[in-house]
Parts: sequence; C-alpha cells; structure tokens
Amino acid sequence: MQASIQVSSRPEVQYLLRIGDTALILGQRLGEWTGHAPVLEEDIALANMALDLIGQCRAVLAHAGALEGAGHDEDQLAFLRDERDYRNVTLVELPRGDFAVTVVRNTMMATFFKLLWERLADSRDSELAAIAGKAVKEARYHQQHAADWLVRLAGGTEESRRRADKALAHLWPYHAELFAADAVDQAAADSGLGPRWSELKEPWFAEMTQILDEAGLAVPAAVPFLSTGKSGVHSEHMGYILAEMQQLQRAYPGGVW
Amino acid sequence: MSEANLEWPLWEVFVRTKAGLDHKHCGSLHAADPKMAIQLARDVYTRRQEGTSVWVVRSDHIVASDPGEKGMYFDPMEDKVYRHPTFYQLPESVDHM
Repeated sequence: MQASIQVSSRPEVQYLLRIGDTALILGQRLGEWTGHAPVLEEDIALANMALDLIGQCRAVLAHAGALEGAGHDEDQLAFLRDERDYRNVTLVELPRGDFAVTVVRNTMMATFFKLLWERLADSRDSELAAIAGKAVKEARYHQQHAADWLVRLAGGTEESRRRADKALAHLWPYHAELFAADAVDQAAADSGLGPRWSELKEPWFAEMTQILDEAGLAVPAAVPFLSTGKSGVHSEHMGYILAEMQQLQRAYPGGVW
Repeated sequence: MSEANLEWPLWEVFVRTKAGLDHKHCGSLHAADPKMAIQLARDVYTRRQEGTSVWVVRSDHIVASDPGEKGMYFDPMEDKVYRHPTFYQLPESVDHM
C-alpha cells in the first residue's frame, strides 16, 4: 500500500491545487456517464468533456508540483493525497445524479471555469497563462453545450422541467463557495498569479442569470449555506470518489498503462 | 403518437479536414435540432482533430437514386471507354501532373 504524500501549504501551490482538484473531481464525475448517458452521441460528448477536464487538471497539477519543488508529479498529486488535502469545491464532488443534475452542475462550473481561464490567461505565471489560453476554448464549448441542454430540459416535457427545477434548487447553494474570499485568494491576486475568485462572482451571476432567463427558470434565492471543500473539509461523498480513483495507484505504486 | 415519432431525427455529417478541401461525408447521428446536430457532430466526428468545419443535413432531405434502378442508371457507362480522356497524347511537360 502506497503511503500518502504531504503537499506544501504555500498559497501559490494551494491556489493551483484548487483549480486542478476542481477539474479533476468534476472530470471524474463526468466520466461516470461513460456507457450510461441517455443517448450514444451525448455519451461521447460527456466523455470528451471529462477528458478535457482531466487534461486541464493534469497540466495544472504538474505545474503545482513544479512550483512546490518537492518532486511530486501530477499522478502523485492526483492519487496519493488524503481527503483533507484535496482542495476542490464541494459542488463538483456531489453525486452525478440524473442527467438534469449533471447539466445544471456543468452549466454552473463551465461558466465559472470559462471566466477563471479568461483571467488566468493574463497570469504573471507564463506557464499558467499558457494552460489557461488552451483551456478557455474548451470551457467555452462546455458552457455552450451545458447551457443549451439546460434550456432544452427546462422547456421540454413536464418531467424534464421538474427535474431541471429540482437539480437547480439542489445545486445552487453550492455556488457560494466558489466566490468565498480567503488568504490564498488574496495572495494569488497580490502576486499576479490569478484573480481572487470573488471577482468572478459578478460576471458569473450575469451569465447564469442570462442562461436561466432563456430557460425560463428563476434564479434561486440566496441562502446562508457555505460549503468548505476548498479548505479540505468535504462532503461524505468525497471518500467514495477517492477510494475509486486511488485504489489502483495505492495498490500498485507507479503503475502505468 | 407512435414510438418511432419520439426518436430524434437522423442527420448526415460532412467534415472538412482542412481549408481548401471539400466536405466529406463521414457518418450520421441522431439529434433533436440543427444546433444539437452540429454540436454532436463536433463531439462524435472531430474528436481526433479530423475537422475544421462541419456540415449537417437532415437525412430525410437527401434525395437518392433508387438502388433498384442501378442497372438502368449506371451499367450503360461500362463500355464507353471513349469518355475517358485517355486517348490524348499529353505534352511531355504535363505528362506527370
């Protein structure tokens, strides 16, 4: 059994882990649709998007490992940390649910990622800026794909409308964590590594409101709930994802294809 | 409504591999409307860098020759070798074009 690694708590490393881990766990969740999507074409589309996210995660985690300077590569960072050391937002680790849950979450996350990558393309860190320049094109497509589906589901049958409504009510409160400010965010802004995520709140709301308007769905009312995945305190679902993701690397250290 | 009417319509997909080349038929897919058809064509048929442009057209909008009339339509061309431009002597300079 391969032991866990400890990762530096330096803010620039933590900032990158938030991005990489959020892409990693969302990619893992989307990958669960492979072979199970409603139609073959959508199955392939979801798998493509999962692979885009894993690719983004891989680039960002590799860079995080390089910045950290402790010799950790992207595989070690992805597979050999303990649950509390993952920095993804809680929203992405929630179970994939039905297709409406996946569509609502993808709309929320792709909109967020698109805005984040747009800003990171101007990062003072040229490696991160290059990763962002490539990823923003992927995120733009993910947003279009998911938002179109949300409009279809909301304007479809009574059943699809009910499910879209329910998914939105369920997931919406988790957006608050994306924009909660803290010292890691502040340090990234100060050093020019990337934006405070709180700065993305306004444009995110504007784009989400536009999409929900088009879908004829009301923007849910604000609630005081705040999830805490970014600081390593995850939902009960996180352990199960990690068990599945890590099993192979833990049992067969360094295993490759 | 019959079961069949609930199926998404079929679309034929044409992909242009690079600028200047023509769009080539590469397959088909099911989609609810033109926008979804274009998106899914991108996802299903260009995921390995096959394309720079995609066309889709509803399969039921394609008019095709009748396979039963293949003999009448195409067999008469079998013995018209003089329709091939193979009887001209090309100048040496263009012979290897």
